[in-house]
Amino acid sequence: MSVNYGSHRTVVGAHYGMRDWLSQRVTAVIMGLFTLVVLAQVIFSKGPVGYELWSGIFAAQWMKTLTFVVIVSLLWHAWVGMRNVFMDYVKPYAVRFVFHVFAIVWLTGCAGWAVQVLWRL
Amino acid sequence: MSDTATNPAKARPEFRNIEFANLRTLRWPLASIASGMHRVSGAIMFFLMPFVIWMFDTSISSEISFGKFSAAFDVGMLGLPGFIWKLVALGLIWAYLHHFIAGIRHLWMDTHHAQVSKEFGHQTAVVVISLTLGLTVILGAKLFGLY
Repeated sequence: MSVNYGSHRTVVGAHYGMRDWLSQRVTAVIMGLFTLVVLAQVIFSKGPVGYELWSGIFAAQWMKTLTFVVIVSLLWHAWVGMRNVFMDYVKPYAVRFVFHVFAIVWLTGCAGWAVQVLWRL
Repeated sequence: MSDTATNPAKARPEFRNIEFANLRTLRWPLASIASGMHRVSGAIMFFLMPFVIWMFDTSISSEISFGKFSAAFDVGMLGLPGFIWKLVALGLIWAYLHHFIAGIRHLWMDTHHAQVSKEFGHQTAVVVISLTLGLTVILGAKLFGLY
């Protein structure tokens, strides 16, 4: 392996400290594609956009599975983002630690609720 | 890299390892605004996440819960009138659009290093901000029943 840095970094190799950066991008693409999939199902539907159509979109097993992946992606993506923001603006380590704990509790709580909603449909 | 080292007359403040207090005194060209708004929109969605999941919950769980979902925006909820909740939803629409479109810009820059320059940053920031505000106005007009 000649050049293994910058844009030539082997992204599936050891972590090199880029794991958070890369996982944020990958989860962003997953959520972006999900947005287009949901939008397409609303736009290309027949009849009025109401409860039947909307809940029907999430009732299909493949959409449930995809939505579950998106909920986990959101949890992961938002964790990396909020952690970056806290690292930039919250300098005292003790305060930053409390913020990090809050973000983890907040995000896992939200993800649990979202999964509960999805799974009882 | 910059000419500030060789030309002290043009010296302008440099910021390394920024802190919250720097945000007031930073220069804010459009590319910085697009970037700052990316953070702000992300934080808005982070803090409003329970409201988003509440909307997801009530809108798909049953016909009755769907009625509660619609009523929040028509007659209001928790003592707040419907238009306040519509404003919250509009804030979320803006945040999602900005985060989505600015995110595509970031991904493009990540994968096209050769194109990245000061001009490219400015031009794409103009596209991101105007597209976001345009779509927000169009969707906001729909939300408030203007068409």
